Amino acid sequence: MSTVTKPTKSLCSGSEAIARSAMAAGLRFYAGYPMAPSTDILETFTRELAHADGVCINVETEIEGVNMALGAAMTGFRAATGSTGQGVALMQEAIAEAGLHETPLVVFTVGRMQQDYFQSTRGGGWGDYRTICMAPKDVPEAVELTQLLFHLTDKYRVPGILLTDGILARTQVSVDLSPIEFEPLPEKTWALDGAGTGTGHSKSYWTFAGGKANNPGLGPQTHWVNLAEKFEVIARNEPRWEEVHTEGAETLIVAFGTAAAFVEHVVRDLNAEGVRVGMFRPITLWPFPGDQLEAAAESAKAIGVFELNAGQMIDDVKLNVPNRKLVRPIGGISVDDSGINIGELLDAPAVRARIELLIEEMTQ
Amino acid sequence: MTDSDTLATATLRAPSAPDMLLSREHPLCPGCGHPVSIRLVLETIEELQLQQRTIGVFGHGCSALMITHLDVDMNLSLHGRAPATATGIKRMRPDRFVFTMQGDGDMINEGLAEIMHAAARGENITCLLLNNGVFGDTGGQMTAGTVIGQRSTSTLDGRNAEQHGYPIALSKILAGMDGVSFVARTTVSDAAGVSRTKRLLKRAFEHQLAGHGFSLVEILTMCPTGWVTAASEGPGYLGETLGHESEFGVLRDTWDPAAAGAAGSE
Amino acid sequence: MTRERRATGTVTIDVEGCKGCELCIAACPPSVLSMSTALNESGFRYPELSDGCTGCTACQLICPDYVFEVYRLAPTT
Repeated sequence: MSTVTKPTKSLCSGSEAIARSAMAAGLRFYAGYPMAPSTDILETFTRELAHADGVCINVETEIEGVNMALGAAMTGFRAATGSTGQGVALMQEAIAEAGLHETPLVVFTVGRMQQDYFQSTRGGGWGDYRTICMAPKDVPEAVELTQLLFHLTDKYRVPGILLTDGILARTQVSVDLSPIEFEPLPEKTWALDGAGTGTGHSKSYWTFAGGKANNPGLGPQTHWVNLAEKFEVIARNEPRWEEVHTEGAETLIVAFGTAAAFVEHVVRDLNAEGVRVGMFRPITLWPFPGDQLEAAAESAKAIGVFELNAGQMIDDVKLNVPNRKLVRPIGGISVDDSGINIGELLDAPAVRARIELLIEEMTQ
Repeated sequence: MTDSDTLATATLRAPSAPDMLLSREHPLCPGCGHPVSIRLVLETIEELQLQQRTIGVFGHGCSALMITHLDVDMNLSLHGRAPATATGIKRMRPDRFVFTMQGDGDMINEGLAEIMHAAARGENITCLLLNNGVFGDTGGQMTAGTVIGQRSTSTLDGRNAEQHGYPIALSKILAGMDGVSFVARTTVSDAAGVSRTKRLLKRAFEHQLAGHGFSLVEILTMCPTGWVTAASEGPGYLGETLGHESEFGVLRDTWDPAAAGAAGSE
Repeated sequence: MTRERRATGTVTIDVEGCKGCELCIAACPPSVLSMSTALNESGFRYPELSDGCTGCTACQLICPDYVFEVYRLAPTT
């Protein structure tokens, strides 16, 4: 008889699940500014992080929040900040800075619709930097990707964004919040801890990598070239994606995040009815799984991009498929009168109608 | 010239620079007050034996031109954001001595929200304001610290209120805020000022070490380049402008309230 | 008749490190520093010490280029 260990499960909202998963990953510092629909993550940390031997600061400004998180991360502790896209807009400079002086920093962007794709993948900061970006489709995946993001940002010493949305944030699901084990990482000997001061071996965290008079750094040219090479390594090693019924599919739908959960539901229904339509879902928006999308699109006569914006991920799709002329946007801006909540397009029948129209227009 | 025989029997009273200064050659201008201020900070760290437990967060400006010379574990933070970065560092390492070093352009212009909020929160860090009333690093333009009548490369006839508005007297404002433990104002424009600055730095550092909360020292420094004046006339110009009718010494001290208001007594 | 000033202190001056700002000249209480006529390799004039230094350290305190080291002389018997 085998002993079965029951995993610990909790019923909680996506926001609570993300926050608790971060704490399971050893997060010790969070600085956040309230803004819907990201506020519940901040409130969960406000209630719980101190009990997990951590510090949560309700900051006066987003810019201070991200810079505090940078400072905390520099000392070697896992640190994060977050907001919705309009708040993360203010944090762009500091996110770039994390990329340029190699500080792991996790940002929880809880978007309102899906209009944060460009911000999350291109970034509005200065310089040749990249930000790992992951977009879970549901709460259980958000729990897993949160811990993975802390692991990868530490492993490569880069910033990372977990991109979700208001629906995921507010959906209550029963999830396993236990710590996930990853490959062990080396000790953070790079951490800024003051121990070097006055020893002749002090450290300098500086995007220009100038070092010290007695220990010159690489300098900006070499340092920035090295960073670019590091980002290429990440781009090769870390793309993640999911495919549903893509084998030989005549029509391919590309979607990310919560919208992809709706597309997947419709795609499975259509396949059960004999329609050869597949879904390709990038999980990492950066590095975008371009080679894998190219392979999945090989037999497609139509590629529909379903996203709740005026067309952002579609640029990455067109860059990677064999024939960009086959790509069509089938989503669009969809917002309610408040401008904050998702509108009527994110509904299975509406999604199905868009896919069926695409199939009709392009494959028949 | 002093001959080596004389030196052999003499006693060293003051070395040129502390051990923590990695190089005496720097690119700052003749007559700049920043290298003096920086030297005093290093001397104070050494005297209080804060080596191996100090982290500095530097703003952008001429003082940052010397970061390669300082044997201090440090971060060159984003412009104006040093108090926030220092907060994140100190909250994770409360056992470390954490200071910021920022110019007036960095602290009073770009970083006004950061310094005010860190002060109000009573963060247990020491912020140092090197105030020469100009953006020295970009050639000497006006900042929120430029006083009325002061020359800069963007106020060649002197700042006037009608055209340029008024400066922000940051130390005075912070000295009136709850959450702030210690505020002092001083200069490095003459030897007496330099000695006073050193004593006030020590007091500020001791506030942090005792866990008393937020401390700030404003050091008025010379920028002959930005002021379009001869290096030798820097101290005099400082006295006529930034230092004119100013209160020096301790402006606020919640640890020893009797010390506040004793201007110039330091 | 000029009175001879007896020095109780002395300084070493890093001539090549000086940038000619002259702050030490004004700072020196017994006024025993004056600028040279010669130039250092960077093209700056630099301070020269005459008799009467007291080793007060005012020059070292004020110098932005760390040019001075200040000494107290051994007492003469």
